[in-house]
Amino acid sequence: MRSIEAKGLTKDFKVYQSRSGLKGAFRDLLNRKYRMIRAVDHINLSIEQGEIVGYIGENGAGKSTTIKMLTGILEPTSGTLQVNGYDPHREREQFVRTIGVVFGQRSQLWWDIAVRESFRLLKKLYRIPDDSYRQHLDRLVEVLEIGSFLDQPVRKLSLGQRMRCELAAALLHRPRLLFLDEPTIGLDVLVKENIRHFLKQVNKEYGTTILLTTHDLSDIEALCSRVVMLDQGKIIYDGDLERLRSQWGDGRRLILELKDEISLSALNERSHGLALRWEGEGTRFVAHMENGTGVSDVLSRLVPAVTVREMKIEEATTEDIVRRIYREGITHHA
Amino acid sequence: MLNTYMELVRIRFLMMLAYRVKYYSGIIIYSLNIGVYYFLWMAIYGENSSLNGTTPVQMATYVAVAWMSRAFYFNNLDREIAAEIRDGTVAIQLIRPYHYILVKCFQGLGEGIFRLLLFSAPGLFLVSLVFPIQLPTGVEDWGWFVLSLVFAFVINSQVNVITGLMAFFIMNNTGLIRGKRVLVDLLSGLLIPIHLFPEWAGKILAFLPFQGISYMPSTILSRGLPTSEIIQFLGIQMLWLILLLIPIQLLWMTARRRLIVQGG
Repeated sequence: MRSIEAKGLTKDFKVYQSRSGLKGAFRDLLNRKYRMIRAVDHINLSIEQGEIVGYIGENGAGKSTTIKMLTGILEPTSGTLQVNGYDPHREREQFVRTIGVVFGQRSQLWWDIAVRESFRLLKKLYRIPDDSYRQHLDRLVEVLEIGSFLDQPVRKLSLGQRMRCELAAALLHRPRLLFLDEPTIGLDVLVKENIRHFLKQVNKEYGTTILLTTHDLSDIEALCSRVVMLDQGKIIYDGDLERLRSQWGDGRRLILELKDEISLSALNERSHGLALRWEGEGTRFVAHMENGTGVSDVLSRLVPAVTVREMKIEEATTEDIVRRIYREGITHHA
Repeated sequence: MLNTYMELVRIRFLMMLAYRVKYYSGIIIYSLNIGVYYFLWMAIYGENSSLNGTTPVQMATYVAVAWMSRAFYFNNLDREIAAEIRDGTVAIQLIRPYHYILVKCFQGLGEGIFRLLLFSAPGLFLVSLVFPIQLPTGVEDWGWFVLSLVFAFVINSQVNVITGLMAFFIMNNTGLIRGKRVLVDLLSGLLIPIHLFPEWAGKILAFLPFQGISYMPSTILSRGLPTSEIIQFLGIQMLWLILLLIPIQLLWMTARRRLIVQGG
């Protein structure tokens, strides 16, 4: 069975507009103007059991709205949606037993009571049998290293401690599908690293499907085999990270510091026939190499004539690529 | 199923214990209220020994019982629901395998039981030492009263849920909530027993659910009604309890469809 199967998933919001001025305010009382906003626009998404999928996009691209439809919080305006074999909105109460959700910006633990009490309450809510609960909790406590503050109320925890508890809370009932909305927001490098490691482990051990939204692309690089990119409510890319890189990446840049000055035209002459473009003057030059051009090819042409003092190879990071796609839109490349 | 909801009652009980200061200040406020209304009514009685068939002792008992009952049935479900809708926490509630409204009511019950045990019961005992009130000694009267008080709790919670859910439609319903509180205290007979209202007002109130919140349980305990009248009271309460489910269900269903989660 597929974890997520969405066809033509759409969500419209009615946004009320207020008129300006006092006169406008009175008119608003009687007759309010509104316009429809399409937050998610005919999305087709199919995710298999056991996949880790990164769901990325700019602020306001419709990521959160999608997650809220997939988790049954919002009702889709149109389209069909099956998650874990359920209609999330209509069969909400049974459906949510099969998923785990972590919203990075909101706590789902009870603020005023000890973490342990929160877990106990969740155990009752999800009707987890005693022995399996104890066993699973022990494991989560050990891996996430949360044992030392289980008896503290949630409001006294640091963000990193809280987030680890949130993860444990979302996984207590062993959901088949885990939604993570900005799970590493505001966390330090070490905690981030721990959480990523943990998520990988969960995915491998239990075959849990993970859908992750984030602005931190290093999360995606560390975890996801597949990326879905959203822009203005539409999916603009769906595939693996490697293809995204090779397709939209600019190739590598070779930065050279030479011993003697040389002219641009002389360099061009030297590298004639290679797919690259030179930039620079004097002793500093940058070669923008297209995919397929090797650094060694370039160097072997240059070395007989010029002395290279320093050299650096730069590769476009995922962040560069994504930034470029956000800025230029995918249509330029397609 | 019930097990789950009882756990929520327990948790709310724990949370109330965590905020004890609020509870101590509550005791003072309620004692003051009972005192104020007791002396007010005694001033109204003056030399009279009966007002519309109610003796001063019955009136004093009514005041004490009504306020102590309020400690049990009163809750802030309306404010809590409205706040959760406004700040978007309601989204978290919807990813949990329970019925949001039912959960809220059980949390209210946890709060009510807390105040009943640590506040109303000892409070009523203390008040009975200070003021000349007369509580029935029969088990039967107390039994009817407890039943009626439970109904009162449910009706009041339902009214609160309706007010709170209005936040889905009017984002800022603080005014509505405040107005409702004053209205409920007045129309439920907490401040003035309903049989002392002018006749026309009494007739209108007979068609409203509020009488079931304070007037009915307090009257049962303070005036010693015949059983037939008690059963009639309970019948009316039960009727409202069922009728009020309809607007709640309608509101909740519409709200779920119109839900916009605030703040991302």
